[in-house]
Amino acid sequence: MTDTFTKNTAPAPDAVQPARVRARTGHRPIRSVLRHAVLILFALVMLYPVLWMIVSSLRPNDVIFRDPSLLLSDLEVGNYTAGWNAFADPFSHYLLNSAIVVLGAILGNLIACSMAAYAFARLEFTGKRLWFAIMLLTIMLPIHVIIVPQYVLFSQFGWVNTFLPLIVPKLLATDAFFVFLMVQFIRGVPRELDEAARIDGAGHPRIFAQVILPLMVPALATTAIFTFIWTWNDFFSQLIYLTDPDLYTVPLALRAFVDQQAGTDWGATLAMSVVSLLPIFLVFLFGQRFLLRGIATTGGK
Amino acid sequence: MSAAAELHSLRRGRATTKPQNLAAFLFLLPWFIGLFLITLGPMSVSLYLSFTDYNLLQPATFTGLDNFTRMFTDDRLHQSLVVTFTYVFVSVPLQLALALGLALLLDRGARGLPFYRSAFYLPSLIGSSVAIAVLWRTVFGSAGLLNQGLALIGIQGPGWISEPSTALGTLITLNVWTFGSPMVIFLAGLRQIPTMYYEAASIDGATKWRQFLNVTLPLLTPIIFFNLVLQIINAFQSFTQAFIVSGGTGGPADSTLFYSLYLYQRGFGSFDMGYASAMAWLLLLVIGGFTAINFWASKYWVFYND
Repeated sequence: MTDTFTKNTAPAPDAVQPARVRARTGHRPIRSVLRHAVLILFALVMLYPVLWMIVSSLRPNDVIFRDPSLLLSDLEVGNYTAGWNAFADPFSHYLLNSAIVVLGAILGNLIACSMAAYAFARLEFTGKRLWFAIMLLTIMLPIHVIIVPQYVLFSQFGWVNTFLPLIVPKLLATDAFFVFLMVQFIRGVPRELDEAARIDGAGHPRIFAQVILPLMVPALATTAIFTFIWTWNDFFSQLIYLTDPDLYTVPLALRAFVDQQAGTDWGATLAMSVVSLLPIFLVFLFGQRFLLRGIATTGGK
Repeated sequence: MSAAAELHSLRRGRATTKPQNLAAFLFLLPWFIGLFLITLGPMSVSLYLSFTDYNLLQPATFTGLDNFTRMFTDDRLHQSLVVTFTYVFVSVPLQLALALGLALLLDRGARGLPFYRSAFYLPSLIGSSVAIAVLWRTVFGSAGLLNQGLALIGIQGPGWISEPSTALGTLITLNVWTFGSPMVIFLAGLRQIPTMYYEAASIDGATKWRQFLNVTLPLLTPIIFFNLVLQIINAFQSFTQAFIVSGGTGGPADSTLFYSLYLYQRGFGSFDMGYASAMAWLLLLVIGGFTAINFWASKYWVFYND
């Protein structure tokens, strides 16, 4: 089923043109204006809460719950300095913790998933179809089914309250979604390139490292960006494995902060929420191209 | 895949002139270790644990079907099922309808597409974060943004998050808000529909509405199906938002007690890990069941062009 799906939706560059042509033919300007009005209004409604959050984080506490507008009379940066230092450690400490987990996860996914993808896309081996089917099934597997024994296992390793339970699984290609994404990509690389390298005497490690990897940079970028966003946002597994406040990542620190002060200092809370979203905004800004291509080919979350 | 087909491919694999089993094994080594150590191993252990009483400190004691019979009398479990099913079956159709509607609107007007697409897609990237859940608490709180807005037109809104009757609605809204990622998949699907179908239809005198019903919709059914399967699976596992909005309790009055939140409470709050494992397997069965039903039903409404 997944194969059929990707075949149907893989973005073919030439398919973009007809859509444009269709759009221009036979449309009256009034309808077009109306449509844009609807779209802009809708976009505004959608993004209003986020914009309000940013504006409110720059307002004094007593104004936040009195002013639903986006107008800012004067800039109150006090929320940011207050929020930054409101936790046990300065907020940069939690940003750093999150960054370590995210970088480890990205590195793991890039290495392990691309290796597995190369085998599935290019090599013949016993039981290949069965293993591939198992790989696809694990994409759909809810984490809850494995979290309890996994927790027991990692606590026996002494890994609870370390970053290892959040990074090591990625080094073992457990994010099968990315294996699938890369398999799809490698299948699109002409086999003649492999053949040429093989005739030149290259073995599989060299074909993989020097032919396939450089060509699959777009797929690697998509993987890195998705891993960044999902790991940065991840809460469930971090909540389970990190209970020492020193090891708190950004989501855990934010949650602890909200619970602790039970909604008294909303200015600082919103300010730190904005800070925690900033990396995602930046990645979105610069990596949008890869994100859109990624979900168009494989239908990511 | 049938055993016969499997045997066939085994034989075919052996017949290949250059068996690449060693190379493949080396490339797949990390994945194999992960599959057995991190996925399949824990899966089978959790299946075993679901038939035991286990609290992490003492060794597990086998209790047969006790955990499963307990489920029949566990009112909070029933409540969590009601909450989760309501959430899935209200938010997913709304989310997909919105995604499809906007994809259709955007597909027609290419000008400004990148801007709109980004604006609509952004929420699905941040929607699962703690920060947005915190934002939701401030927007839907009794003095929150929504009620401030309502006050401007003279309406006194309730405390959406503290009222059991509306709390789940705020989380459904949040899930609907993240319609951007299915929308992008719909957009990619719309691009794949050859324009000649529309040309042929309009030569035959079909109106825009008929073109939508008879060309766009049938050709889009595989994508609708895919989005449906994916979003249902995701929605069943929803956790973070309910956890943050309710402060980990699933309240008020268990009205946001999502299944996975209750599972977390049992497993990692009360260390009732045997029961939590049993719950996890029930979740897997429910998700697997719905996915199977989806696949079975797809025969009757999904149209494959090739």
